[in-house]
Amino acid sequence: MSPSVPRFAHGSRVPGWDDAADLDKDPAVIPEPSTTEVPDELRAEIEAHMANYPDRRSAVLPALAAAQRLHGWCSPQALDQVASVMALTPAYLASVASFYDMLETRPVGRHSIYVCTNISCSLCGADELFAALSEAAHDDPEINVRAFECLGACDIAPMASVDGVYVGPLSPDDAVALLRDLRAGGPVLPERQLVRRACADPQANRQDWPAPEALPGSGGRSAEEVGRAAGESEPESEPGA
Amino acid sequence: MDKLLFADIDEPGLNTLDVYSRRGGYESLRRALQMTPDAVLAELEASGLRGRGGAGFAMGKKASFLPKGSMDKYLCCNADESEPGTFKDREIMQKNPHLLIEGMIIASYAAGINRAFIYIRGEYVLQADMLAGALAEAQAAGFLGEGILGSEHALSLVVHRGAGAYICGEETALLDSLEGKRGNPRLKPPFPANQGLYQGPTLINNVETLATVPAIIAMGGERYAQIGVENSTGTKLVSVSGNVQRPGNYEIELGIPSREIIYGLAGGPPEGREVKCWFPGGSSAPVLTAEDLDLPYDFDTMAKAGTMLGSGAIIVVDDSVAILDVALKVARFYRHESCGKCTPCREGTNWTVKMLERIESGEATPMDLDILASVQQQIIGHCLCVLGDAMAMPIGSLVAKFRPEFEEHIEAARQRAESPAAAVDTPLLRGAA
Repeated sequence: MSPSVPRFAHGSRVPGWDDAADLDKDPAVIPEPSTTEVPDELRAEIEAHMANYPDRRSAVLPALAAAQRLHGWCSPQALDQVASVMALTPAYLASVASFYDMLETRPVGRHSIYVCTNISCSLCGADELFAALSEAAHDDPEINVRAFECLGACDIAPMASVDGVYVGPLSPDDAVALLRDLRAGGPVLPERQLVRRACADPQANRQDWPAPEALPGSGGRSAEEVGRAAGESEPESEPGA
Repeated sequence: MDKLLFADIDEPGLNTLDVYSRRGGYESLRRALQMTPDAVLAELEASGLRGRGGAGFAMGKKASFLPKGSMDKYLCCNADESEPGTFKDREIMQKNPHLLIEGMIIASYAAGINRAFIYIRGEYVLQADMLAGALAEAQAAGFLGEGILGSEHALSLVVHRGAGAYICGEETALLDSLEGKRGNPRLKPPFPANQGLYQGPTLINNVETLATVPAIIAMGGERYAQIGVENSTGTKLVSVSGNVQRPGNYEIELGIPSREIIYGLAGGPPEGREVKCWFPGGSSAPVLTAEDLDLPYDFDTMAKAGTMLGSGAIIVVDDSVAILDVALKVARFYRHESCGKCTPCREGTNWTVKMLERIESGEATPMDLDILASVQQQIIGHCLCVLGDAMAMPIGSLVAKFRPEFEEHIEAARQRAESPAAAVDTPLLRGAA
């Protein structure tokens, strides 16, 4: 029912707990800006975020999200780059990244499918949906299927967020079609997207309005192409944007 | 009843300034800017509007707690809508973002605030994009920035995207998260109205609360207070989900019978099934049963019934569902989301899940139900924030109201466990696969 918690040797939930400590190594300091290579786009984005707040540290979440979009996860290199632009230590950024569910602290597939398995969705069969999606995507390293806490879309339960695009209601039989659309790069299950759904309240609208268009998929590239592009550390377009 | 928040919500282009202004948008802001800030505050207090995020604190009063005078004060809109079952703010931000922005400008004017943030949960990509688009339009049209509409008032507004943490909907955890830290709640007092974001006085309100402000200014606080019932004025968005035929958001007048919402609007459970229990205000609210369906849906009645209106999220569970599965889902959620700062919550949520799993696998005895209930009692009121309470109260109510079913389950699971052939098929093992 609940997603299995990854465990390491001796049942620990903490990665690297049994790695030998390097006693000669200095604690990580703020990376030297002159020698840390940061892609210009990432630097510009982080600096724009920092300018939004009275305290630059407030930009940590948007900066980490930007770095994750570029690198695929909050890798040591990604943390170093953010740290050097924001003048914070990588350890501080790691402590923040490990708190939030959407920031990945280990390598994952480029495409994310969050399946809501909370109470309302599970009353409507979310656990079966999660099992079907996991099964359908299990051999594809580019697709990261995760059971997620309430995604705030219980009206389309059971549902999933595919690269940030909400689709539902889904049945286990939809798993194959969903993955096909995702791999093709077009809109994912266009008729089932939340954006097309009208308000449930029958008295809200005085007339029937046309439904908005479905959201595009994440760029029209196959998962393999996206994966190759990631290897060359080429920025990927923002999912769902 | 006229819809205040959902009027023509699906009109194409309502998210653009064009359509929004054509429908009379930003007129309330013009009107408010001609009043003194104190007069705007007085209207908000007269409206009796209570916070729509969960706690139900009077919005006008909260705004009046902020110290007067010129200093760095902040307005934070809590758009971290993560309470299981709640999805009302999503609909406002996605379809009518200018309504929220207008409400925030008016609220900031009333409280003398010049910097505002919308903390939106990171999962809401589409909604954050809609807000960002509307924000740019409002900026270009002079509704934000220096000297708004020729007045002295200035406001900067930033959309801040979270990254997936339920606890960041708690107001002080939200502030920590907005400051770029892990989202840990703070000790209160000092309350955010005195010492909040960057140690400055901070007003924190839910999306729906702020989106109601333009309507209050347009119709006047007194008139708004005539909608609904005493102490629960106005309209409320309710999110109905779970085992109902027409799940979704409905704008209701507070005080209508709960049955009308669950059966009348949402269509009730699927054909041939009955309501077993329902959460009246998100998964953090103690459950009510079918006997309580005729209670009026308002803040005070729900409090009197031993539960809360919360965020207005009604989750309906029908009689085909085992109550243990509901309890496990709820407990596992809070275990996952506990930030770990306070021991009773961190350990209590963990132990609750373990005990429920023992019940499920047939290792428990009926006595464990008493221990389970006592663990809940030891969490309530012993932590910095109410996340632990938010698990303890519904779990406590489930155990209290459905104890015979738990006991039945314990007995059945024990018998299954004793016969090895059947043991393979326990729900726990099935779930773990």
